[in-house]
Amino acid sequence: MPVEPMVVLDGVHKRYGDTAVLSGLDLRVERGEHVTLIGPSGSGKTTILRLLMGLEAVDAGTIHVGGRCLTHMRRRGAVVPADEKHARAVRRTIGMVFQQFNLFPNMTVLGNLIEAPVRVLGMSEAEATRRAAELLELVGLTDKTHERPTRLSGGQQQRVAIARALAMRPEVLLLDEVTSALDPELVAGVLRLLRLIGESSDITILCVTHEIGFARDFADRVLMFDGGSIVEDGPPERLLVEPRVPRTKEFLAAVLEGR
Amino acid sequence: MTGIWDWGYAVEVLPALLRGLQVTVLATLLGSVLAFALGLVLAIVLRARVPVLHRVVRAFVEFWRSTPLLVQAYVIYQVLPDVGITLGSLAAGVIALGLHYACYTSEVYRAGIEAVPVGQWEAAAALSLPRSRVWFGVILPQAVPRVLPALGNYVISMFKEVPLLLAIGLVEVVTVARQLSADSFRPVEPLTLAGLLFLLVSLPASILVRRMERRAGAG
Amino acid sequence: MLDNLPLILSSLAAGVPPTVFAAVGGIALTIALSAVAGLALLSRHRAVRAVSRVYVEFFRGTSEVVQLFWIFFVLPALVGYQIVPLAAGIVVLGLNHGAYGAEIVRGAVRSVPRAQYDACTALSLSPWDRMRRVVLPQAVVEMLPSFTNLFIQLLKSTALLSLVVVDEIVRRGQLLVPNLGVGEKLTIYLVELLLYLGLAVLVTSGMRLLERRAAARVGRPPTAARSGFATGVAM
Ligand SMILES: Nc1ncnc2c1ncn2[C@@H]1O[C@H](COP(=O)(O)OP(=O)(O)O)[C@@H](O)[C@H]1O
Ligand SMILES: [Mg+2]
Repeated sequence: MPVEPMVVLDGVHKRYGDTAVLSGLDLRVERGEHVTLIGPSGSGKTTILRLLMGLEAVDAGTIHVGGRCLTHMRRRGAVVPADEKHARAVRRTIGMVFQQFNLFPNMTVLGNLIEAPVRVLGMSEAEATRRAAELLELVGLTDKTHERPTRLSGGQQQRVAIARALAMRPEVLLLDEVTSALDPELVAGVLRLLRLIGESSDITILCVTHEIGFARDFADRVLMFDGGSIVEDGPPERLLVEPRVPRTKEFLAAVLEGR
Repeated sequence: MTGIWDWGYAVEVLPALLRGLQVTVLATLLGSVLAFALGLVLAIVLRARVPVLHRVVRAFVEFWRSTPLLVQAYVIYQVLPDVGITLGSLAAGVIALGLHYACYTSEVYRAGIEAVPVGQWEAAAALSLPRSRVWFGVILPQAVPRVLPALGNYVISMFKEVPLLLAIGLVEVVTVARQLSADSFRPVEPLTLAGLLFLLVSLPASILVRRMERRAGAG
Repeated sequence: MLDNLPLILSSLAAGVPPTVFAAVGGIALTIALSAVAGLALLSRHRAVRAVSRVYVEFFRGTSEVVQLFWIFFVLPALVGYQIVPLAAGIVVLGLNHGAYGAEIVRGAVRSVPRAQYDACTALSLSPWDRMRRVVLPQAVVEMLPSFTNLFIQLLKSTALLSLVVVDEIVRRGQLLVPNLGVGEKLTIYLVELLLYLGLAVLVTSGMRLLERRAAARVGRPPTAARSGFATGVAM
């Protein structure tokens, strides 16, 4: 029996008002795979991650995560759109890190890290705190444990946000341009952390980024997006070096020129 | 004795209440005119930073708006006659309202004036416009439309505060309602109707102001 | 001319406790009603929103004096039971300012950025935890300055209770006026105004302290410097 893919999108449609963002997108991501999404702004990369995280609802199509359907559920034999409770149960296996960090300003760094493990996973506060200490060590911010997030630099905040997502022990991690809001000198630290996480865990990672160099050595597979569909799909060594589709070529040239 | 609500009596007292409401509206409008004009003067004095005057005005505005309008109305109605200025209930009430709310509208104008880009002052200065032209030709025409919704809200607030002027003998709608209920020993109809009349005026007025806010926000 | 000053001071000072009592009671009721009605305005259920909306519009749309007289004169005629003037006053102060407070609460909750909700969803927090642990603590910081202004309004409104013979500051003054000659009226009213100013400064300083604490808890500097010494509004 073949191992089931970790993430499966089947014929996913999504529109905002009059703009159709995704029209029948199919996507498969294997367990433990690191997939990088590249493509011009507005091509629908964020939308895919938000749909996976359950922050938006699909208009049509289905999404499965870890073999469980996120978008629909069975009720009395019939398949109906998922209700809040069902969606929350499936979402628990997914973590997301945002471009703008989105830390809770009313809690300390530690508070941000233990909030969900305690309230959602039902972990004891002591246990959650112990785990948080490990994660803060991993992200190199042990000395900031009791700080307010607003007193940290952007890079430090983003490392806390990554630790916060990991604290929920997600099976799938979604990273949406996590270095785009950072000052240039802070980018390297965050990317180094992501590489470390990629190497030391078996989490499935979907990562939107414009850091082509990072994508090359981090990803198992790169997806080039344009206008809501995948225009090219391949291993980074090939796709980023010798793109076959003109659109990819143009995009990579534009991004590299921007450096 | 009829039931809780006597329609016949309600209809009977309505004309008198409506006459009272006219007085309430009149006091509101006169008070608004005074508050708008005086508030503008206060705002300009505060903005112009005339050395001592500016501090005095500032302290007065703070003091006046943190103390009750009722007491201020008593001062104007009862104390001024001692120094030879005798005012009727309406005049005293309008002055009390206007002065109290000028302390709020001055703040509204200030915000509106501050929202006019610095470049406008500089452009006016570059053209060597006289002081009064700068204010009335350049700054205020830009600032005032923006603050109209906020001023409108204060008009509605004033309208709802007019009844406290019954304490200085103004025969507005609530006074009429109280007199009617004292005469008939039936407070239910007159006072309830008075309340409904307030709703009848202030609800459409708030909707109007909200519409102005949306337009100001969009424009 | 100031011969009667001690008498005036002691008479008016005796009105301070009822005024403070009415203000504190009114503020407590205002806080409770603002929270309940404000959150109800944000409810998912249409009916809950509608009930709260009617309450808010009704009390913001009618005059406080009418509300006071209605509870004081009409209610007894309907239920055959007269409530104590001070209690009636507190109820009206609370109901009236609670309606304004509800809008403050609603606005503050809605001002919490959408991104904070996204972060809660990404962490699978329940709607209840999201509200209690993330949204409200941030909204409170946002609403405190507006509540400072609302409480000052409420403090000023306690003067209306003199109209239903509560023995607070203004009513004490009214009892003095006929007995003291020309010239003393000004003294009486000035003392009254200064007493209210003092109370307003107390309310504002207390609230400023809370605002600073709350702002620090979300790692923000205190709300932009505001210079008004009593009402806390920038000038
Ligand atoms: N909440 C929204 N409302 C309306 N349009 C949206 C919304 N979010 C995204 N869009 C539109 O959907 C398209 C795809 O957006 P997005 O997924 O954010 O692209 P990307 O992340 O690749 O830049 C864009 O045209 C964008 O304007
Ligand atoms: Mg994006």
